[in-house]
Amino acid sequence: MAWFKRSKQNIHPNSEKSDLPDGLWEKCPSCSEILHKKQLENNFWSCVKCEHHFRIGSQEYIKLLLDENSFTEINKKIRSGDPLLFIDSKKYSQRIDETIKKTQLNDAIKTGVGKINGIEVAFGCMDFSFIGGSMGSVVGEKISRLIDKSLKHKIPLIIISASGGARMMEGALSLMQLAKTSVKLTLLAEEKIPYISILTDPTTGGTTASFAMLGDINIGEPKALIGFAGPRVIKQTIGKNLPEGFQTSEFVLEHGFLDKVVARKEMKNFISTFINLVS
Amino acid sequence: MAKTILDFEKPIIELEEKLSEMKKLSDNLNIDNEIKIIEEKVQHLKENIYKNLTRWQRVQLARHPERPYTLDYIYLMTQDFIELHGDRNFKDDKAVVGGFAKIDEYKVMIIGQQKGRDTKSNLHRNFGMMNPEGYRKALRLMKLAEKFNKPVITLLDTPGAYPGLEAEERGQAEAIARNLFEMAKLKVPIIVVIIGEGASGGALGIGLGDRILMLENSWYSVISPESCSSILWRSWEFKEQAAEALKLTAEDLIKLKIIDRIVQEPFGGAHKDHNAMALILKNVIKEELSLLIKTKPEKLIQNRVKKFSELGVYEE
Ligand SMILES: [Zn+2]
Repeated sequence: MAWFKRSKQNIHPNSEKSDLPDGLWEKCPSCSEILHKKQLENNFWSCVKCEHHFRIGSQEYIKLLLDENSFTEINKKIRSGDPLLFIDSKKYSQRIDETIKKTQLNDAIKTGVGKINGIEVAFGCMDFSFIGGSMGSVVGEKISRLIDKSLKHKIPLIIISASGGARMMEGALSLMQLAKTSVKLTLLAEEKIPYISILTDPTTGGTTASFAMLGDINIGEPKALIGFAGPRVIKQTIGKNLPEGFQTSEFVLEHGFLDKVVARKEMKNFISTFINLVS
Repeated sequence: MAKTILDFEKPIIELEEKLSEMKKLSDNLNIDNEIKIIEEKVQHLKENIYKNLTRWQRVQLARHPERPYTLDYIYLMTQDFIELHGDRNFKDDKAVVGGFAKIDEYKVMIIGQQKGRDTKSNLHRNFGMMNPEGYRKALRLMKLAEKFNKPVITLLDTPGAYPGLEAEERGQAEAIARNLFEMAKLKVPIIVVIIGEGASGGALGIGLGDRILMLENSWYSVISPESCSSILWRSWEFKEQAAEALKLTAEDLIKLKIIDRIVQEPFGGAHKDHNAMALILKNVIKEELSLLIKTKPEKLIQNRVKKFSELGVYEE
């Protein structure tokens, strides 16, 4: 649950603009190449030199993966309450208001229906920029309703995760969203509707320990951080430095918990091919 | 029996010590009246403290090193316990114990997280922190219970799933997720009891069921107060505030419908009287079992899905 500290850095391509004046240029955090935004966008938001995958939000994924103008958002208006009246340095309700204003998003996931190469799908995509992509009651409910949509129309479910885990400010209620989303996925399995889970940088904590690991196929983006405990906590526990590449997609694939690492530019066709194979 | 004294219990202990000194002197001095006054004072103080526990104080009680653990409950509540070991894949995780047993007329599968009481046993039990093979062991036992149509009882008492390097390699997240998925559709009743610490996904990994019970002085949340403090307050020092903010007690969680029932503890906490605590819990479990075993499996699963689907608070 180390999303809070990490959310300070590298949330969105914008955060790398620092010394580049007009906001049109990005510096690749991996190879330091200076890239124009258009260059990046044309290259699926990955570095033209080293293929580093920049963190992007739901809006970008919708553009990249779904057929043009095919996406219709559902349950857009669901918003977080403040059931615990949680206060740390500021009130949770205030944090929510400010984040909504800043990100133009209502919570950490966008859900809806759309088409992938002509195939109708129920599509959910998380936004790491919204309080570290943390899962609280809203994320749980929107996934739950997305699964209902998938069940009703018998269309495959796709969820793209980008999340530091459960949202602390909703205490045990956010923990229960692990149970809620997993329980709902059993209904989908019973109806033999395919569920494709895509794990992007980062997917950790309660999100990994629930719906993100339960795909009929689990796909990772290259070099994404995927794990349960955050690297800092693990390092503290074992008192040693972590090996190179620990908790990357490639590492998780090697240990048998992902089916494939797929580059963003191949993702759309890969998904539609998979759906066709199991349909 | 209490060898460990919690900070907020100190005034009681001091007064009790004074009382016993006075009692020693009472043969020679005529101070019966004064003794009576102190006795009343002790009683008053106890009630005042134990009936107004803060959330952080309950966390302290939940972690009390003399509190009954899973194996204590198994020995005190059940008969004919046969412990089963291993996940049939990697190894036997000692942080979780389980097996078939009888609770009087009920034959059950009982599974729980197990802490140690000293350094040696804590190392053996990994402080009650399960590894992936622990979750898979628990799932194997639950499937066995399903096969023989026996209800499952799980006892939650963990500071969290083990955040180790090998745990990640062996898929800690997948193991927990798989348990949630499988427990959702298990065809036998599942009763979950939070007996001590219910820390996050590590606890929930064996904590999905038809009835969620919680001991009066246990805690259950998405994160420990200390970790919450270190992340949100950037310091370990705000654990009391974090405990308040997280609303992690049984009283809090029954209001949010996350638990179904609070199990009373003996006065002053479960550690004061293991026998009494085990008897209370045994009777509660028997009562719950008598109702659950009447429900058909399909209905049981349907209710379970509904129960967890409805959890959450949001605005629309
Ligand atoms: Zn690069």
